[in-house]
Amino acid sequence: MSGVRLLVGTRKGAFVLTADGQRRSWEVSGPHFGGWEIYHLKGSPADPDRLYASQTSGWFGQQVQRSNDGGRTWTPVGNTFAYDGVPGTHQWYDGTPHPWEFKRVWHFEPSLADPDTVYAGVEDAALFRTTDGGASWHELSGLRGHGTGPHWAPGAGGMCLHTILQDPVKPGRMYVAISAAGAFRSDDGGTTWKPINRGLRSQHIPDPEAEVGHCVHRIALHRSRPGTLFMQKHWDVMRSDDGGDSWREVSGNLPTDFGFPIEVHAHEPETIYVVPIKSDSEHYPPDGRLRVYRSRSGGNEWEALTKGLPQRDCYVNVLRDASSVDSLDPCGIYFGTTGGQVYASADAGDSWTPIVRDLPAVLSVEVQTLP
Amino acid sequence: MILVALPTHLRTLARVDDDVALEVSGPVTQAAVLDALEASYPMLRGTIRDQVTRRRRPFIRFFACRRDLSHEPPDAPLPEAVACGAEPFMVVGAIAGG
Repeated sequence: MSGVRLLVGTRKGAFVLTADGQRRSWEVSGPHFGGWEIYHLKGSPADPDRLYASQTSGWFGQQVQRSNDGGRTWTPVGNTFAYDGVPGTHQWYDGTPHPWEFKRVWHFEPSLADPDTVYAGVEDAALFRTTDGGASWHELSGLRGHGTGPHWAPGAGGMCLHTILQDPVKPGRMYVAISAAGAFRSDDGGTTWKPINRGLRSQHIPDPEAEVGHCVHRIALHRSRPGTLFMQKHWDVMRSDDGGDSWREVSGNLPTDFGFPIEVHAHEPETIYVVPIKSDSEHYPPDGRLRVYRSRSGGNEWEALTKGLPQRDCYVNVLRDASSVDSLDPCGIYFGTTGGQVYASADAGDSWTPIVRDLPAVLSVEVQTLP
Repeated sequence: MILVALPTHLRTLARVDDDVALEVSGPVTQAAVLDALEASYPMLRGTIRDQVTRRRRPFIRFFACRRDLSHEPPDAPLPEAVACGAEPFMVVGAIAGG
């Protein structure tokens, strides 16, 4: 029988949650790397037992852990992330130049085809790649060096490259997103890049429609229609149907269009999910009610999904990498909260159940659908 | 033999249960001890000092013989008691965060 494996990164370690295809009964393994911040774990689409984990600490820096057996055992691999050439400067919070300094890996995106090739999005924002299973990492410096880098600035969480999408149809096409710089596209496997932020409006920058400077929180695509992108921006939910060349707002009837994650249903490319958060200074759901919103029309028209979710006195947040969808039918959707709950829906969001309630604050959730 | 005491998280990472004993050839300095430590335990590279700048990480301290050696030059000789193995060179995670 098929099954699912959830890879959960938290402020104090990693957890692996597994279930069969019914997704009713879960086994919890962990904490792995107890006491360390695990920003992200992700498995290779080409070899589901090959996992990569970003293990970080304010004291001890960055470690990269690799598992070849689905998370049962782990081995530290290369952790040198050296910027290419003289790093130069980006903008600091007050607009002054600030030198690029590596802090941590926010996100790993394994290649669609090769378990040894992985992209890493880091803070201060840059894209790295390994082609030897994590032993060595090399910057794809065309992103940071294409020209707008000196104008990038950190968001409240730091200047992080947090989203990496690979186009499954067009070879070499990739997207990344950076807070607070915006979205970028490469059509040659990451060698050269251009900003793709036309249509975004951000009031926190002097020119609200500037080429860069937008605090993009997350972008997502569906494998069957990779030219259509969905974005949760700092404020605003956006959509592009031309590979990011232009964006339009699809926030519609959301109670607030601030939030962090955005997901696309595994089998319905026009069904998308967000978790509205009250505001950028109040990182909790409106009215103390934790609601996932689903649109079956690719945006604008949204319905609240509340069954099984707390509808009073709930003041948690759901971070940008803390949601994921499986590819079973019906589609499963999962998210973790800063309160340590991981919620699962085995019916595309109609109803929800907490798998675990008391983990450390959840930083990331990835799901693997296993044969 | 030089004894190095590691904080709990680095002992876990290095898969050791106690102080580690190292052979250091030449003058026993902070840099020489860390070079020997990282050679024996490559997984510790980057955890105590930056791999590019070689500077001590900000929340790491070095203590020995009841002294704070954190701000000593990396190539300064360590105390004789450390050099002869009578006292450990202590790598300490600074108290921060409550």
